[in-house]
Amino acid sequence: MRVEIRIGGFGGQGIIRTGLILATASCVYGDKNAIQTASYGPESRGGRCRSEVIISDEDIDFPKVEHPDILVAMSQEAYLGYIDDLKETGILIVDPDLVPNQRKNSKAKIYEVPATRIAEELGKKITANVVMIGALAALTNLFNVEQLKESIRRNIPKAFIELNLSAFEKGYEHGKNLLEAKAS
Amino acid sequence: MTNLQEFERHPLANYLRVERFPHIWCEGCGNGIILHCFVKALDELGANMDKLVVVSGIGCMGRVAGYIQCDSFHTTHGRPIALATGIKLANPQLTVAVISGDGDLFAIGGNHFIHAARRNVDMTVICSNNFNYGMTGGQCGPTTPLLSYTTTTPYGNIEHPFNLVHLAAASGAVHVARWTVLHVKRLTESIKKALQKRGFKFIEVVSPCPEIYGRRNKFGKAIDTMKRYREIAEIRHGYAPSKAEITSEKIVVGEFIDIEKPTYGELLQGQFMRFNKG
Amino acid sequence: MAEKGRTVLTGVHFVNGDVACAEGAMAAGCRFFAGYPITPATEIAERMARRMIEFGGIFVQMEDELASMAAIIGASWAGAKSMTATSGPGFSLMQENIGLAIMTETPCVVVDIMRGGPSTGQPTEGAQQDVMQAKWGSHGDYEIIALAPSSVQEMFDLTIECFNLAETYRAPTFLLADGFTGHLWERVVIPRAEEIKTVERKKPSVAPDKYIPFKPDEDLVPPMACFGEGYHVHVTGLTHDERGYPKTVDPKVQYELVKRLCGKIRRNADKIIRTYEFMLEDAEVVVIAYGIPSRASVGAVKRAREAGIKAGLLRLVTVWPFPEKQVEELSNRVKSMVVPEMNCGQVVKEVERVAKETPVHFLPKIGGEPHSPSEIFEVIRRAAKA
Repeated sequence: MRVEIRIGGFGGQGIIRTGLILATASCVYGDKNAIQTASYGPESRGGRCRSEVIISDEDIDFPKVEHPDILVAMSQEAYLGYIDDLKETGILIVDPDLVPNQRKNSKAKIYEVPATRIAEELGKKITANVVMIGALAALTNLFNVEQLKESIRRNIPKAFIELNLSAFEKGYEHGKNLLEAKAS
Repeated sequence: MTNLQEFERHPLANYLRVERFPHIWCEGCGNGIILHCFVKALDELGANMDKLVVVSGIGCMGRVAGYIQCDSFHTTHGRPIALATGIKLANPQLTVAVISGDGDLFAIGGNHFIHAARRNVDMTVICSNNFNYGMTGGQCGPTTPLLSYTTTTPYGNIEHPFNLVHLAAASGAVHVARWTVLHVKRLTESIKKALQKRGFKFIEVVSPCPEIYGRRNKFGKAIDTMKRYREIAEIRHGYAPSKAEITSEKIVVGEFIDIEKPTYGELLQGQFMRFNKG
Repeated sequence: MAEKGRTVLTGVHFVNGDVACAEGAMAAGCRFFAGYPITPATEIAERMARRMIEFGGIFVQMEDELASMAAIIGASWAGAKSMTATSGPGFSLMQENIGLAIMTETPCVVVDIMRGGPSTGQPTEGAQQDVMQAKWGSHGDYEIIALAPSSVQEMFDLTIECFNLAETYRAPTFLLADGFTGHLWERVVIPRAEEIKTVERKKPSVAPDKYIPFKPDEDLVPPMACFGEGYHVHVTGLTHDERGYPKTVDPKVQYELVKRLCGKIRRNADKIIRTYEFMLEDAEVVVIAYGIPSRASVGAVKRAREAGIKAGLLRLVTVWPFPEKQVEELSNRVKSMVVPEMNCGQVVKEVERVAKETPVHFLPKIGGEPHSPSEIFEVIRRAAKA
């Protein structure tokens, strides 16, 4: 099994930290292999920011994402820039408030997670990325919830851990609701 | 062998690698006087030669490191100060002196000079300023006076020279002095003072190059240049380095700067103490 | 002064290659780092700036790479294990004093996180374009040691090995990593301090008046007295005799010195060189790779085996000295060789030189992207048919 995830947004959303949390959960707390690559320098601070995570049961021989299985789009620009790369049967998770214009005819499974709005309701917009992590955990069976929480504790400054854990729960809840809605 | 025995009888022989003499410098060159003043200063201070490191660059004065009986490094052209920075920071117990020429320290090595002065790395830098590249046959350098003749300025130098003491002071040196090789006692005292002071110290020594630079500019014999130094040198302690000129009419000498400022090593040590207290 | 717990961060970490390299250095005993910011190596300096103070190590940001290289030579002679890290443009500036380190037999580690050139080129993109520069970049005849990591774990492990080799052979030793590996985040397992093998430099066993600073032992490496230990060593970049004194016009002195500087690496090549073999036993087509392309090569070899092609991989952990024996031995028994490199052809020239009659298929890749397994697989397939 090899799963490729691309997370796109703009600088300041914690895009790279999102990749870091996912990968750490998988390979430090979990027993999978994982790598992260990310956009660098002014690129990661300015308009467009990207993090790519590969999770695999085997050694990762090619550490580069070409056609992600999962795309998380947290800005219109990231959506437009990366949507064509997504595998035909892939999973697309978007923040609908940040990606107002979406393509109509897509074969991908699409989930809308208003992560920024949820984060704002919690009082800290900055936790939107962790809301997304929660949703991602609910919408895929790639991650172990406890391992993700461990990873959040490790990768978030102490003072903000509790806040981020509640952001995670909110996102997870939202994800589960989306799945139930789809099933019914 | 007779020569060697004469050296062994010399009162400063313990400070020199006598087996390496005679040195390579020309008759009348000022470098030997600077070496003498340096080891004399060591002697008068009772310096621990096991804890002294002399670093030099390339050029006539670059050879000085190999003549002193201590740990010594003859580096690449222009790099002695950068290398000395590594030595001093890695082992703060060592006393580090850089002795080199004007071309080495201020042309190819100019950047290292200003930055070590800015950081206030604890070292004494002594520059033998003979106004040209003697080792390679007398080319124009960063201190060559305007309109002087060298092999690369056959029609006269059209570059304005550095005022080294001004450069040192502006870069942040805590002790800045200039002497000529005529001022043997005062130079020795200046070196003693510099070696005892913490921080980046700079001493410029105006030095004759009768065989190369002097010949081309018709300065006569070395003794004539020394006489000229006596005529035109003006001792002005505390004088503004920016005004301390070297012209054919006047050489302003003296101790211009003597200030206190924490060194790089002290600030680093302070940071280490603060960091490890908590 | 150094507490082991602070120098060795035992545990499982998820970090990038640059950080792993810095941690490897500190675990190996590095106590002096001098550097200048440059993409994609800056994170090494940043990590050192944060961490060294925890145990009294020295981090200093110099005015340029000329100074950084000079400073680590000075620090090494003052007794500290020392390192600098840079990328192409800075590596070019360091060449001058790399020569000085070779000539003065100064143990030190130089990390080059390679990016695309020439000149300023592609600061954020990985490449393997400095491999020949590492070998030949400074003037004169010499040998150096260079290791090529292909994972973040190896950024840690091989940095330690670089220090050990530098101290053993008294030579500047290079970690030649591509920018991709430098910026790649991956798991690193850092063992307990007592499990990490470190080498300390050989010291003189005689009193100062009996000590001849550049007189070699049987392994061609002289014991090293450092500054401040009372030995009054004179060190020079000029051609020097065993006493360390300049002897620049005596042909015999130059001959003996250069012969020994090269010889101490060449004669010990078997002890230095490390390669990694994958499915080589019955291989007919062999991929020879180093650094990041060797990862895709593993995938390509697996795919070739699935397609019924007897493929294998020889990964060069040591790039310099070049593993001639290993490559030559393989060339005598395989049908062809495939060399993927992120440059226009550097190590492939060495492979061709050694492989002689055996066909060598070269797969260059420039632009910043590493080879994909399918690209390499295609060349393996062609090579198998030919």
